Amino acid sequence: MNLHGFGDQLLAGTLLTLQLAFASLGVGLALGMAGALAKTSRNAAARWAGSTYTTVVRGVPELLVVLLVYFGASQVLTMLAELVGIDAYVEIDAFTAGTIALGLTFGAYATEVLRGALQTVPHGHVEAAQALGMGSGRIFIRIVMPQAWRVALPGLGNLFLVLLKDTALISVIGLEELMRKSAIAVSHTKEPFTFYMAAALIYLGLTVAAMTGLALLEKRAARGFARRTA
Amino acid sequence: MNFEVIVENLPKLLDGALLTVELVVFSSLAGLALAFPLALARCSPRPWLRAGPWAYIFFFRGTPLLVQLFLVYYGLSQFEAVRASIFWPILRDAWWCALITMALHTAAYIAEILRGAIQAVPRGEIEAAHSLGMGVWQAQRRIVLPRAVRIALPAYSNEVILMLKGSALASTITLLELTGTARTVIARTYMPIEIFLAAGVLYLLISFALVQVFRLLERRLGTYAC
Repeated sequence: MNLHGFGDQLLAGTLLTLQLAFASLGVGLALGMAGALAKTSRNAAARWAGSTYTTVVRGVPELLVVLLVYFGASQVLTMLAELVGIDAYVEIDAFTAGTIALGLTFGAYATEVLRGALQTVPHGHVEAAQALGMGSGRIFIRIVMPQAWRVALPGLGNLFLVLLKDTALISVIGLEELMRKSAIAVSHTKEPFTFYMAAALIYLGLTVAAMTGLALLEKRAARGFARRTA
Repeated sequence: MNFEVIVENLPKLLDGALLTVELVVFSSLAGLALAFPLALARCSPRPWLRAGPWAYIFFFRGTPLLVQLFLVYYGLSQFEAVRASIFWPILRDAWWCALITMALHTAAYIAEILRGAIQAVPRGEIEAAHSLGMGVWQAQRRIVLPRAVRIALPAYSNEVILMLKGSALASTITLLELTGTARTVIARTYMPIEIFLAAGVLYLLISFALVQVFRLLERRLGTYAC
């Protein structure tokens, strides 16, 4: 495959793709946890907010969320700037918009995964921790999360694989990640098949690497559990 | 919020939504048709028969739909042989490219769903079919596949919803489906929030409608009865 010297550009794009994926993963996990806690909350308003969030975001195309965040945020920020008396057009950069949009999508699906995982932790464990005098924050970190994590990991892993591929959407708003870099190379070389196939193979490589990493994580999270004999 | 601009452009958005529904329905049906042979070959005891579908599914599930779309729409034109072939009028057309790519993409996912369902058909039922004198293909057609289809239906409905969301990518190859229409309207009105939210509501309505259709279908096929 002759890349006409665009190899390092594709590599730079790949690195940005990875940065974007991990940044969105961070935002998404935080949102997912917040969503899961809201949905299992005793507060009816929190439950309502949680389920509205997951229903809306899961029912709308990722691309639309990306576009809405990118173009909508600048509209909102410009209006806010006007309110405080600054007459300027405010824009957020594509990386930030992409991270927020992908994080929102990941978080909506992660909410369901984490909610299910949290419910698998027996209530007796929490009570036992309370009897030992632990506070609720410490119980969550020391008792609930380590156990829920093992259950949630396969689901979260699948979501991460989806997220990795969804990063390609951010090329639509101009971020020079792998897909955009490939498009730039295409516009110079007029060889669309070569470069989009190269991008596809890189995405495939990233997927395989992520799957390997996830398998290791799952093995680690399951230490101390008897291996299931199928 | 400026509702006037939404009302004004609603007919256009509805036109776009119609194209979206068209893409989703056709690609989901074509994907389903493609998925059956793929899944059957994937379940085959012969390794050489399993290899092809395995590679196909690996590629289409491991790469973004956007890349696949660009490979078909922009990529194929790199080859003189494609441009000279009788398929060029089709492969030059954005609508056909979107439809073909979406069908190929979803077929890989549906094939995996079907494979899981075929393997979930209880062994005893297949043995019972054989003991009644049915051949391999007859048992597949009469016992295994009807059962597998019922098992796979809920997962298939999820896949159709995912295709609804994936269809938004067709806007990147100049197709004026719902997202594409929204973008062109915004280019004229500079009202991104209003128009994108309106498009979002239309997507939600379409997905609710699809969910209802599958609920009826599940009831009719008696998915829970078996």
